[in-house]
Amino acid sequence: MVANKTAERPLTAKPVVSERASSGTGNLALDARDVHVFYGDFEAVKGISLPVHEKEITALIGPSGCGKSTLLRCFNRMNDVVSGVRIEGQILYKGQDIYASQVDPVAVRRRIGMVFQKANPFPKSIYKNVAWGAKINGFKGDMDALVEKSLRQAALWDEVKDKLHQSGLSLSGGQQQRLCIARTLAIEPDVILMDEPASALDPIATSKIEELMLELKENYTIVVVTHNMQQAARVSDRTALLWLGELVEYNDTQTIFTNPSQQKTEDYITGRHG
Amino acid sequence: MSQISQKNTPGQDGLLPDLSGRSSVFERVIGIVLLLCGVISILTTISIVVVLVREAYLFFGAPEVTVREFFTGTTWQPAIGKFGIWPLVNATLLTSFAAMVVALPLGISAAIYLSEYASDRTRSIIKPILEVLAGVPTVVYGYFALTFMTPLLRTIFGKGNVDIFNTGSAGIVMGFMILPMISSISEDALRAVPDSLRSAAYGLGATKFETAVRVVVPAALSGIMAAFILGLSRAVGETMIVAVAAGAGPNNFDSWGEAFSAEGFNFFKAAETMTGHIARISQGDISYASLDYSSIFSIGLMLFVITLILNIISRSIVNRLREQYE
Repeated sequence: MVANKTAERPLTAKPVVSERASSGTGNLALDARDVHVFYGDFEAVKGISLPVHEKEITALIGPSGCGKSTLLRCFNRMNDVVSGVRIEGQILYKGQDIYASQVDPVAVRRRIGMVFQKANPFPKSIYKNVAWGAKINGFKGDMDALVEKSLRQAALWDEVKDKLHQSGLSLSGGQQQRLCIARTLAIEPDVILMDEPASALDPIATSKIEELMLELKENYTIVVVTHNMQQAARVSDRTALLWLGELVEYNDTQTIFTNPSQQKTEDYITGRHG
Repeated sequence: MSQISQKNTPGQDGLLPDLSGRSSVFERVIGIVLLLCGVISILTTISIVVVLVREAYLFFGAPEVTVREFFTGTTWQPAIGKFGIWPLVNATLLTSFAAMVVALPLGISAAIYLSEYASDRTRSIIKPILEVLAGVPTVVYGYFALTFMTPLLRTIFGKGNVDIFNTGSAGIVMGFMILPMISSISEDALRAVPDSLRSAAYGLGATKFETAVRVVVPAALSGIMAAFILGLSRAVGETMIVAVAAGAGPNNFDSWGEAFSAEGFNFFKAAETMTGHIARISQGDISYASLDYSSIFSIGLMLFVITLILNIISRSIVNRLREQYE
């Protein structure tokens, strides 16, 4: 992966954080600076700068193909495993460029976890699903306690505590997605990236995931990609609208949905586009 | 071109679209021809079974032979009327075991490399080369075992310890013959594992190796098992390599004690496998009416049953594979 290393730390201040988006008290958990992503010759993300605040939920919205999932996958270097992807720009995680040459993407993903669009539990038991990530990351403590804690945090414990050794695939879709969240929580990341986590779920399961996200933001920074604008409005603190690989507008969610500054944003949230 | 469009559109001349089939007779003939092709292979299988069973029945009906001795005897010496199949089965077990010891780890490692590590370009180069191995005639493998592997073993382990004909050499080379089959089926199983599982593992901070070995391989395990069993039945049935390199006479035992001693499982001794024995006897000038001749059908039937059982096991494992993920 090619990372633009023209500016090693200390970073020269670049005017990448728009005034609108930088308001707020929290520190930045992630800070994307002029990120470009190319699939071969196709530029999927065209120079997006986006600060992500700690212990908040940041929503990325936009029509299909606008680059929001691609951008999300840059935040934990998941694009590295796709061949033919080139990334330019910087993504700072607590001030450190995760695309710097000495950074191990495996270590990045250990701290910046990911929940995928389609629930993807391992074909292993519920217990092993949760314990697996912790185990490969060298967790030495009380595994039973960690599994229970993670499943409780994911609001799944009561439903599965009597069948921890059944396959994770025996659960319903919503439960599987919460199992995937529990699995991510078990590696105790700082940031959780969620790629349309509820798009394959029914409304009840969706609302459970949303409740869970609101609980989790007490302790975690969450970046969520969603097609569902109501969902963005309900759960997120800040919302970014992406359009054809460009950032149209980034602001606190209430402003985006009530008083957007861009015509395109207004069109999109009122359903005249996409 | 213009003919078709005229036929199918209600043209200016007011014709209705032609909805009659283009060539329904042809289609029906094709169906019948294809059915016949299928039936031929079924008939062949059935007639093989019939011949095997009939000849084996004649063999077991002979006064010199008892089914009991066939299964419990430790000497196969038709010349003196001893028909205990164990020495032949034992040799088959030895060569097949050696083959699997070579083919399984190498085949699965190659499959993991091809499926998880190799770039498309590398795979497009390596796969055909690997498949060339499968196209080498088995007689070539046989002489490769005899003229390369055996001298190699004799150099390593000492000429006094290793017979010129031995099951180990034949088995090892047989392993290389089966290798492409094991790796190709295993690779299919590995590649069938959905990418979402790999993403999940990467997303949890797993390395490529952890993802491959601890997520992808376990998820593909039934497919790999099926590859193992198919490879095993190939090894059990392989003839030419063992006929050339393993030995030209049954490694008889005086007793079961001897058969199950270290001597019974010595890979450096010459021994004749079931297939090797059939090949040798059927080439000889023995009379079709002799007991010798009909004895090979009993061995053939035994082989058929063994490979049938292995195939049934592999089929049931493959069926379970479909339920693994999703």
